[in-house]
Amino acid sequence: MSEFSPISIYLVISPLVSLIPLGVPFPFASNSSTYPEKLSAYECGFDPFGDARSRFDIRFYLVSILFIIPDPEVTFSFPWAVPLNKIDPFGSWSMMAFLLILTIGSLYEWKRGALDWE
Amino acid sequence: MNVPATRKDLMRVNMGPHHPSMHGVLRLIVTLDGEDVIDCEPILGYLHRGMEKIAENRTIIQYLPYVTRWDYLATMFTEAITVNGPEQLGNIQVPKRASYIRIIMLELSRIASHLLWLGPFMADIGAQTPFFYIFRERELIYDLFEAATGMRMMHNYFRIGGVAADLPYGWIDKCLDFCDYFLTGVTEYQKLITRNPIFLKRVEGVGVVGGEEALNWGLSGPMLRASGIQWDLRKVDQYECYYELDWEVQWQKEGDSLARYLVRIGEMTESIKIIQQALEGIPGGPYENLEIRRFDKVKDPEWNDFEYRFISKKPSPAFELAKQELYVRVEAPKGELGIFLIGDAGVFPWRWKIRPPGFINLQILPQLVKRMKLADIMTILGSIDIIMGEVDR
Amino acid sequence: MIKMIMDTTEIQTINPFSRLEVVYGILWTLVPIFGLVLGIIIGVLVIVWLEREISAGIQQRIGPEYAGPLGILQALADGVKLLFKENLLPSRGDARLFSIGPSIAVISILLSYSIIPFGDHLILSDLTIGVFLWIAISSVAPIGLLMSGYGSNNKYSFLGGLRATAQSISYEIPLTLCVLSISLLSNSPSTIDIVEAQSKYGFWGWNLWRQPIGFIIFLCSSLAECERLPFDLPEAEEELVAGYQTEYSGIKFGLFYIASYLNLLVSSLFVTVLYLGGWNLSIAYGFIPKLFDINKAGKVFGTIIGILITLAKTYLFLFIPIATRWTLPRLRMDQLLSLGWKFLLPISLGNLLLTTSFQLLSL
Repeated sequence: MSEFSPISIYLVISPLVSLIPLGVPFPFASNSSTYPEKLSAYECGFDPFGDARSRFDIRFYLVSILFIIPDPEVTFSFPWAVPLNKIDPFGSWSMMAFLLILTIGSLYEWKRGALDWE
Repeated sequence: MNVPATRKDLMRVNMGPHHPSMHGVLRLIVTLDGEDVIDCEPILGYLHRGMEKIAENRTIIQYLPYVTRWDYLATMFTEAITVNGPEQLGNIQVPKRASYIRIIMLELSRIASHLLWLGPFMADIGAQTPFFYIFRERELIYDLFEAATGMRMMHNYFRIGGVAADLPYGWIDKCLDFCDYFLTGVTEYQKLITRNPIFLKRVEGVGVVGGEEALNWGLSGPMLRASGIQWDLRKVDQYECYYELDWEVQWQKEGDSLARYLVRIGEMTESIKIIQQALEGIPGGPYENLEIRRFDKVKDPEWNDFEYRFISKKPSPAFELAKQELYVRVEAPKGELGIFLIGDAGVFPWRWKIRPPGFINLQILPQLVKRMKLADIMTILGSIDIIMGEVDR
Repeated sequence: MIKMIMDTTEIQTINPFSRLEVVYGILWTLVPIFGLVLGIIIGVLVIVWLEREISAGIQQRIGPEYAGPLGILQALADGVKLLFKENLLPSRGDARLFSIGPSIAVISILLSYSIIPFGDHLILSDLTIGVFLWIAISSVAPIGLLMSGYGSNNKYSFLGGLRATAQSISYEIPLTLCVLSISLLSNSPSTIDIVEAQSKYGFWGWNLWRQPIGFIIFLCSSLAECERLPFDLPEAEEELVAGYQTEYSGIKFGLFYIASYLNLLVSSLFVTVLYLGGWNLSIAYGFIPKLFDINKAGKVFGTIIGILITLAKTYLFLFIPIATRWTLPRLRMDQLLSLGWKFLLPISLGNLLLTTSFQLLSL
């Protein structure tokens, strides 16, 4: 409890720190001089060709899928790595086996060209 | 079953004219598939000022102050071509000293142009700092120009049959000092840039132009020489006094952006070599062919009397262009700068067609950027080296 | 220090007659938080000033000189200007996503500061999960960037947001693996334990010497996480105009600006904590402890020294990212991802396996 209470207060304070500046311009800066051209999307001085929210490149999605695999791996490793001196050799070496399997997995990904951006 | 292939939604983006890396007001309509460039369509004309038409109702002397606005970074070359055309049309001799002064000015201008290519090119790749370094050296060149011509950028220095003024006292020493200093500057750039692994990764094999292809597209200048073709008009046409000096054509054979970079860096040091030799060997004598001041006006000019000198101070308003036509060209920093000139036995040219190197070199851009990455557009465009003032005229 | 305060609050909560004192205790908790926030803001202003002066030095310019002595107040002046600027929302954009995006980026980075020890046990909350909190929270920032990129309804912004996300998740893994190796060495993810594990052999006890490969990978990945050159693709000026912040102006743009520098500051603070021995002076082993013995009575003095050492290390380290920013060109997207996935990831995995084997053998 004691170690989390400052951070939970901080959790409230830090949004305030970033949200208060957002409100400050309202009393000072008026939007009266705003006109439609000023608010249109910037595309080098021309009206944009269509909507920006079209389908995007599949490879960005692929990168995020690739990320999902090693990220839990690392997350699993934290509870193992920290009391490394407290767990028995069986536990530590079984985690090594886990890491090894994941290494083989990423080597496979590499081999299949999932890591190529071409 | 007739299933249509999955339609790929391609993104069409306007790049320019208000874009940080469009080198002025070039507009590219780029079709993107994610990060890949599918198509690229350049749109020109945002800086069109009717330069060619304006020339048709100006005398050469009236037009001279305006030509520096074609390629405002290699100003001396535009002036040189503007006087070279009428000179060759009228078969006017240029005194040796004037020719040497012209060579020095042209090569200084070439260095200035290549410097202001290097900075933005590096900025296009993402390195901002070289921009400031090149301005350091470029300022010195412009100081030299200012000392000799009175103006830093728009000099109005060349005249038919010579130059407007002789070099001021001490200018040659100043210029020699600059040459020595500039070589250390080039070494510094090379230390900073040439072997940088990220730089090499970004430019090597990007925008490859083969020799055959370069010829077919009509490329010139460093674009052509980087593709393995040793074509330099200073050697080919032998204009001014370049044949009297010892220098070599800079060329590479790879044809990629790195080769173009190396060619331009090489040309800067080569230009310094030319300038140093020209400064050592500059002869005395007149800096202007005064005969042409009085062209076709006085039958027997009396030398050295009061009236002759008085007239010689003024530009000749009545310089007449013969009823002939010709194409003249110089090796500008960006490539072959040419003029097709038709005279009509009057003071105005009947036709003044400019062949801007940047415009011709730019044509290959859509082909080079296809199937490349978005970031490569900037690398390739930067390595082509265009000035929109010259492309649009 | 804070822990002590917390303990007293806890004791007081047991006592039913001390409601007022509970409020008092909470107020006392607020003091270090506001101190931290103030410190962070000043730290960011200093970084902005440093960046400007160093870049000016590298580029042979003068840099800011008019706002305050040596232009120290330049960043503040810019911030005030941004604060008073008109609040623009793009007409076809999504107002909510557009407004929240920069805040999320700032909040997530601000939270990471809570686990940084500035001095001897001077930490906002000494969590047992420690650095893992940073890893977890810092992955929220790209969501904010993606939100703002999507909310702008601008192609450059959208591409920038996508790039930002792809880049930060790609470099997240090598970064985490490096942190994991450090936790292995210290047998704890707590930042305080990590610093104390480095305090034994002075200068040579730094994790920098035990994890040189890890240090370099950490440096590269944190540069990529901060979106600084050579990895500033999401806001690559020459390609995407300004990336996800193209449509932003006024204080929202200012928040992005602050977020990037906050991120830089927190990264170098973590470098200090993880690799450079944190608040320990770590030099001149002979006379410094004596100096501390003399001042043992003045605990405040020791704390101040600790803070100063941490900040000195951090700001000295900051010269590296600032100098690289003004020296190197930018990578291309495919090169960036292949560097992350094909080079840094295997190397950091190998580094982890090596560290683990050493630790297991030495048990």
